[in-house]
Amino acid sequence: MSGAEWGLAVSVFLACTVEAVEALTIVLAVGTTRNWSSAMSGVGAATVALAAIVAALGPALTSLPIDLLRVLVGGLLLIFGLQWLRKAILRSAGLKAKHDELQTFQEEAEAARAAGGKRTGLDGYAFTIAFKGVLLEGLEVAFIVLTFGANQHRVPLAAAAAGLAVLLVVAAGAAARAPLASVPENTMKFAVGVMLTSFGMFWGTEGTGASWPGGDAALLAIIPGVLAAAIAMAWTVRRTVNTAAISDHVATPAKVSDQDKVGDQATVSA
Amino acid sequence: MTRASALLEGVWEFVVGDDWLTALGVVLALALTASIAAAAIAAWWVMPPAVIGLLALSIRRAARDGSRSR
Repeated sequence: MSGAEWGLAVSVFLACTVEAVEALTIVLAVGTTRNWSSAMSGVGAATVALAAIVAALGPALTSLPIDLLRVLVGGLLLIFGLQWLRKAILRSAGLKAKHDELQTFQEEAEAARAAGGKRTGLDGYAFTIAFKGVLLEGLEVAFIVLTFGANQHRVPLAAAAAGLAVLLVVAAGAAARAPLASVPENTMKFAVGVMLTSFGMFWGTEGTGASWPGGDAALLAIIPGVLAAAIAMAWTVRRTVNTAAISDHVATPAKVSDQDKVGDQATVSA
Repeated sequence: MTRASALLEGVWEFVVGDDWLTALGVVLALALTASIAAAAIAAWWVMPPAVIGLLALSIRRAARDGSRSR
């Protein structure tokens, strides 16, 4: 496989692993508290829907002119990648709550217990929650599979990477019989954000008619460059937040309005 | 809300997310790159600083909002 194909496979694998862990938590919660067969029916229906989306849109995307495809794909990957990166950086700085799979599991299980309706036969609640959970978590992965795969005409490779990630997560979940709380989700989201942003920038630029110096080899500079910039931003935001927290701690209660100013000035430098 | 408007809202939420300024910035940066490339001038240098700048501005906005809401 080429370097770009490895990038495609690793990005899809990581993105799919993160989303599969989140979907697994929801399915485990409704399965254990309501009805396993209905929850698994919901998972099956959502998987079929996602496969249909990929099968229907894949050929349509690959039939587009290459430059148009690259601009569209590059732009979308950039928008997605910047969102993933921003959230990962904010979570690492404590400005956004990290995904807590155990807490999500408890909340979903509590809601499932509180919901009425029958729990034997086809349980509509368990089916719907499992279906929605898998479909919504899987939609972004399906989009990444489509855009990444279509651009390199390797949709099957992207789909295989996604399938492998799902298999591993399901196997780990079955073995643990609990939410996979120890998976470093934020680090993985950070890595996916770097890859999506880098490939989005590369393809988007090529699609506009511009050429990178060195062609595909430019990715060897783009990916480390985006990674370094993102790490620097994460470090700066963490440091700013810590400095603001220390200022808040030592300030006297009478100067509450001044504390706000310190916080605002500090974040401007982020 | 009609199904069509709900669908459009869902697509907007899915693609653009909660930071439409960054999405707009990406579109403008690509448009600038295309217009420079169309003039047969090297244009690859536009996107790297644009993307890093958009990320920094997006984080700054979110950090400022976060510090105000705490």
